[in-house]
Amino acid sequence: MLLTASLLAALAVALAWPVPIVLARATWTSAAPGVALLLWQAIALAGGLSMIGALLTYGLIPFGDRLIGALVAFFAAIAEGALPSGANFFQMFALSGAVLLGVHLLLNLAMTFVRASRQRSRHRQLVGLLSAPMPERPGTRILDSAAPVAYCLPGAPRSMTVLSAGLLELLDDEQLRAVVAHERAHVNQRHHLVLLAFRAWRSALPWFPIASRAQDAVGVLVEMLADDRARREVDDDVLAQAVALVASADDRTDGEPAIGRRDGIAAASAASVGRRVARLVERRSPLALPARIAVGAAAVALVAGPTVLLMGSALNLVSAKLDIEVVSGRG
Amino acid sequence: MATLGELERATMDVLWDAHEPLSAGDLREALSRAGGTGAGGTGKELAVTTVLTVLSRLENKGFVTRDRESRPHVYRAATSRAEHMAELMHEVLGSAPDRDAVLARFVGQVSASEAEQLRKLLATD
Repeated sequence: MLLTASLLAALAVALAWPVPIVLARATWTSAAPGVALLLWQAIALAGGLSMIGALLTYGLIPFGDRLIGALVAFFAAIAEGALPSGANFFQMFALSGAVLLGVHLLLNLAMTFVRASRQRSRHRQLVGLLSAPMPERPGTRILDSAAPVAYCLPGAPRSMTVLSAGLLELLDDEQLRAVVAHERAHVNQRHHLVLLAFRAWRSALPWFPIASRAQDAVGVLVEMLADDRARREVDDDVLAQAVALVASADDRTDGEPAIGRRDGIAAASAASVGRRVARLVERRSPLALPARIAVGAAAVALVAGPTVLLMGSALNLVSAKLDIEVVSGRG
Repeated sequence: MATLGELERATMDVLWDAHEPLSAGDLREALSRAGGTGAGGTGKELAVTTVLTVLSRLENKGFVTRDRESRPHVYRAATSRAEHMAELMHEVLGSAPDRDAVLARFVGQVSASEAEQLRKLLATD
């Protein structure tokens, strides 16, 4: 199990630092936002799995050389209240760490989810009272505000697309169609769930580069995916104009000029606006199919890696023999 | 008045525009007047029980306060329309802390210099 633990730890470190930093800088992601998003999800999942797995397998070493047998022995030891003779402090710290990290990640996910759905339902109520339905577009409501905004509110019984009066004034019919198609794509592709998961990940692990970089990168990729869906319905140039017009429009909210421009969120989204418009205007061709398949395979391999390691150690396929070799090689 | 949601919105509109607290009867009258001229109006009179249902829903959500001292009970809007609108726009524009997970906005606003770059990008085709 020492070998399994070392391999998992190496994977966890790679997925927490160098890999997300490299991927966040990569430019091919604009040409293949779908598989890039898949890769980010695989990195997050495999990262969490290998972190917890490494701590668990290391901590269980004194309890046996197979994962399942060791777990059984561990619970038996808890019931007895005594540790096996070979156990040391570091292993016990690792075990506590595995439990705490697992609980922490799951709790954070649940809390983020509950909080967001509460905020969303409050927001829906406000929108319901402050906006008028748009008769010619079902599921679309008009907010009486001069600031040009468009967004979607996912949820039951049906999702809502909210447009502001300022937006209707700013855009022509074709551009408006692009915006609505973009927002519909967010809802249909369940982007809010992906964004929520990465937000939870970030709030759970605020000191990890993976978490903050992943959240920013995923935010941009989701916008590009929605753009790509909208491009099927409108011309690329129309969508590019709509993005640029809304992004560069004056924030004409009465009494509150330029609300969103000072903070970090605005800075991050400004960079993404440039990338979004550039890929529409320059008409870059999408990533070649073999390359996309390779990225998809890499994503699958990332999740499969720690899973196979843990399963292998549970079934005693790899680790027992190799562990003995490692130990005997050392001694 | 097609749906309960639209009835709630019409009720709030009346309460926001009123200068004094209104009773359910006052509201029913105002809503019937508005419904008769508005697009959703069917000309059908609203039942007072319907108005009371809508009011208690709005009270539960915290949009309406009820004065139980007076006979009949009178209702007023808990917060002005402008304040609710400001709350909503703060969330939409991402300037409310901890709120960005609620919605995916079409695009955020950029600074003046970035807007200039965007215009150049679009002008090149």
